[in-house]
Amino acid sequence: MPLPLAAEIALARTAGRLSRLAGAGGGTTVPGKLLWRVDPGAVDRLAARLPLGSAVISATNGKTTTAAMAAEILRQRIHLAHNSSGANLVSGVASTLLDARGAELGLFEVDEAALPEVAARVRPRAVCLGNLFRDQLDRYGELEHVAARWRSAVRELPAEAALVLNGDDPQVGELARDRAGAVVFGVDDPSVARPSLQHAADSKYCVRCGTPYEYAAAYVGHLGEYSCPNCGHARPALSVVARDVRMQGLDGVAFRLQTPDGARDVRLRVPGLYNVYNALAAASLAGALGASLDEVTAGLERFSAAFGRFERIAVGDRGLLMLLIKNPAGANEAVRTIVDGGAPSLAVIALNDAIADGRDVSWIWDVDFEPLLPHLGRLVAAGDRAAELALRFKYAGMDGDAIEVIPSLERALDRGLELTPPGDELIVLPTYTAMLALRKIVAERGFVRPYWERAA
Amino acid sequence: MKIVVGHLYPDYLNIYADRGNIAVLARRASWRGHELEVRTVSVGAPVEPGEHDLLYVGGGQDREQALVAEDLVAKADGVRAAVDSGAALLAVCGGYQLMGRSYRDFHGGDLPGIGVFPLETVAGETRMIGDMLLECELEPGVARTLAGFENHAGRTKLDPGAEPLGRVVAGFGNDGESGFEGCRVGRAVGTYLHGPLLPRNPWFADWVLAQALAHRLGEPPVFEPLADDLEQQAHTVSASRARSRGGRR
Repeated sequence: MPLPLAAEIALARTAGRLSRLAGAGGGTTVPGKLLWRVDPGAVDRLAARLPLGSAVISATNGKTTTAAMAAEILRQRIHLAHNSSGANLVSGVASTLLDARGAELGLFEVDEAALPEVAARVRPRAVCLGNLFRDQLDRYGELEHVAARWRSAVRELPAEAALVLNGDDPQVGELARDRAGAVVFGVDDPSVARPSLQHAADSKYCVRCGTPYEYAAAYVGHLGEYSCPNCGHARPALSVVARDVRMQGLDGVAFRLQTPDGARDVRLRVPGLYNVYNALAAASLAGALGASLDEVTAGLERFSAAFGRFERIAVGDRGLLMLLIKNPAGANEAVRTIVDGGAPSLAVIALNDAIADGRDVSWIWDVDFEPLLPHLGRLVAAGDRAAELALRFKYAGMDGDAIEVIPSLERALDRGLELTPPGDELIVLPTYTAMLALRKIVAERGFVRPYWERAA
Repeated sequence: MKIVVGHLYPDYLNIYADRGNIAVLARRASWRGHELEVRTVSVGAPVEPGEHDLLYVGGGQDREQALVAEDLVAKADGVRAAVDSGAALLAVCGGYQLMGRSYRDFHGGDLPGIGVFPLETVAGETRMIGDMLLECELEPGVARTLAGFENHAGRTKLDPGAEPLGRVVAGFGNDGESGFEGCRVGRAVGTYLHGPLLPRNPWFADWVLAQALAHRLGEPPVFEPLADDLEQQAHTVSASRARSRGGRR
């Protein structure tokens, strides 16, 4: 016989505290894993207790930032249960539900592969789908398979659930066809388009007939204004649009946000066109959840950074700018952003190959690191696969003497800081587990609070 | 000397960082005073007799692989003629499967192959994913290792007597049962190993380059060694990954 829900909750919460006390990291998913093992259905019942229901966000890239932006918009009025440290499997959602006493609305970023199960359990009132890029093929399988799972998850959604879609992604935009009333967002400003599709562009071929798309504008990877010259499949009509995009280096990006409720000028304090996409997703989702356009604008402008995604940390008299890299499309945007902000002469790039990073490191060869090369005088290659990363730069034409291979993250960080003049900022591009480890190192030195102590 | 590479379908078959393999061939050729010229051969373009010293074909997702399979059949005579006249060929993952006689996907659909390699592939229910280590003896008496990553649903069966690329030390290989991986026919090699394959296996990159030059010179040249410390370091890590966590048969 299953334990009563209250007893399960008490047990799981105690486990989380013990894990934290034992110093085993944040313990952010321990209670959820335990609860899920004891009684998978408990997640459904916990979610059902939220008076305002739940919203779910998924994407290959940008889900953590999108969720953090949406939280910034919504939390003025609504008490949220939000998995802000990126624990985005069913167990992470369960842990967040356990932790959030008195929450009214669940706001969950969800791993692409976990979306069907999470959606089936929490029965969301709104779902926001951002993009699909190739990512960790050893873990997720091929892009097509993830897209197929998303299609069936969308079919299973409650009829009253709001669906928010990125129309600029052919695979995601196609989901609007079967669902009247979907909110479709996208960018409309050819002045910030790329001259051509990037090497890592994935959905280059028509989702219906396989003919290569023609792009009137390609913005980020394969995101853009596409149409099929053979069958006519094209980007769906947009209801939430970014126009007049103005890049402001590393300081931010401004754009005109156009919605069915009116238009506003928005200035983000995080840079890059990819963050315009994240802002559009957050604005569309928050709107679907009842936020006003003024609340949306104010929230987006307050937003500073999501966990490790674009994070500035003061380390003594030097700065650290950390940009997570995890797949070709996301890493390309990180590179583009830092080059736009003034290409650095020094960088620490940390490549790990744990399950959460992807055990197959071949993706680094699909990243366009080349724009860094003209100014990069020194590279500190770090992480468990530091040598492979060093080879990526060696075969791109970088002088072997300019590359230092230091697998230890702590030593690599110290070396990077040592090479950074006082008052300057060190650029660090880590993969996921390297990012967690580096944050832990600077936290232990007292420069940043551990993530499990940060306000949600 | 100029080495002409025909890169088949780089716009469709590029999923496992195939451009890393090309970058390694280009640099290592130039360090030896040669020039690698890479020509794209995509859908609709023929493989002209005698044009290429090396043909390269990479891996793709199922969808892209199906999109090119039919086109490759139209190129079959050109590819076979190139290989028969001594051009080198390197085929990785999906490209390796298409260079066999046929590929049957999990739903029973058949993709035609072009029979450069004496093998057939049938997709299984599970994917074979993980780090892999091989031992090869491409020249009699010279055993060397190749380290990389495999991720394939296809079970590839070599015809009796066909020559595999190597013996599996750790990982799955062709079919997860035979203990062998890849296939070699003269200067043509097919394999599931990506990672990409060549950066962390510099001896094999040089072997492929030498085979391509042999198409010009009649004999593969002997190269002066390069400073491959980083490459060896990457190889060592990759090999140890395969030993500790490669797929188990």
